Amino acid sequence: MKRPRIVEVRQNVLRKNDEIARALRQRFEEAGVCVVSLVSSPGAGKTTILEKTASALAGRHRVGVLVGDLATDRDARRLEGSGARVQQITTGTVCHLDAEMVRTALEGWDLDALDFLFLENVGNLVCPSSYDLGEATRVVLVSVTEGEDKPLKYPTIFNTADIAMITKIDLADAVGFRRDDLAAAFEAVRPGIAVLETSARTGVGMDRWLSTLERLRASSRPIAKPEAADQSL
Amino acid sequence: MHELSIALSLVEAACEAAAPLGNVRVEALHVRLGALSGVVKEALAFSFDVAAKGTSIDGARLDIEDVPVTAYCPRCETERGLDAASFALRCPVCGTQLPQLIHGREMELTALEVCDEEAADRRGPSERPQEE
Repeated sequence: MKRPRIVEVRQNVLRKNDEIARALRQRFEEAGVCVVSLVSSPGAGKTTILEKTASALAGRHRVGVLVGDLATDRDARRLEGSGARVQQITTGTVCHLDAEMVRTALEGWDLDALDFLFLENVGNLVCPSSYDLGEATRVVLVSVTEGEDKPLKYPTIFNTADIAMITKIDLADAVGFRRDDLAAAFEAVRPGIAVLETSARTGVGMDRWLSTLERLRASSRPIAKPEAADQSL
Repeated sequence: MHELSIALSLVEAACEAAAPLGNVRVEALHVRLGALSGVVKEALAFSFDVAAKGTSIDGARLDIEDVPVTAYCPRCETERGLDAASFALRCPVCGTQLPQLIHGREMELTALEVCDEEAADRRGPSERPQEE
């Protein structure tokens, strides 16, 4: 009996997604738009932070938001009041955004007319970690009510993030939030990750978040001298 | 639970890799799966059979090789294996933080195991694999 032969393939299972994401990243870089994605569990406050962020940036910057949910356009309607251009991505039963969904949602958009583009992923700490969306920076949000060991339970998503944001910090005392425990958990799964604390309700920490965004934007602008590019984030 | 999406991508990749090989039957897919890939092996195996139904690789086996997490320790100047249960990115020997992973994120289709269909057809009916 003839034995099977081995044919080497050696390719990433998500190669298609990675190729689309790479093309998107190149378009974003050429247009000089700063692209930031937000991931978290459901209810951590992604939409609320984005509402406040888009409102604060409006006037100075042109902001676009793609917001992913399994169903409804409620988040898009909430965000429309902020002055940003908003597009809902309804994923149906799919629990994450992928690069093709982003590409399709951006059809007809003039990226040159944007300074910031935010990608709000579906609330989920597992699946979005596998999909590159072409973003320059991935922010993972954890609210103080969720438990300080969350990074240890979901190491993959935290390990692929560039910035960790602790939200609802105004509730910290009420829920007995242990800041040091969460900091240690971040360090365990993503040593050196930048950590921000915010409260969208009281505005605490929003200045630091906004200046972080300004810094990211400065490094994503088309730069004449390549050696001046900031590679630190 | 995004393993079905991953399985569909995997089947698509395998079908594309098999197409230029001509008249072959794909017996198995060899896949490397990192402990930090975010994919659950059992869920992927379950989804794979569903995703492959009706495609050119229907009935193929899925051989998954687990890839443990390793990172380079700049202080020890060597690659260190990390405890998959805790995922603490610290050198198990000297305690240095290890931000740079070497392995553990893999989600890779490494190879196909194929049989030439013509050869299979030349065999007697009793030697042929049972078709459903």
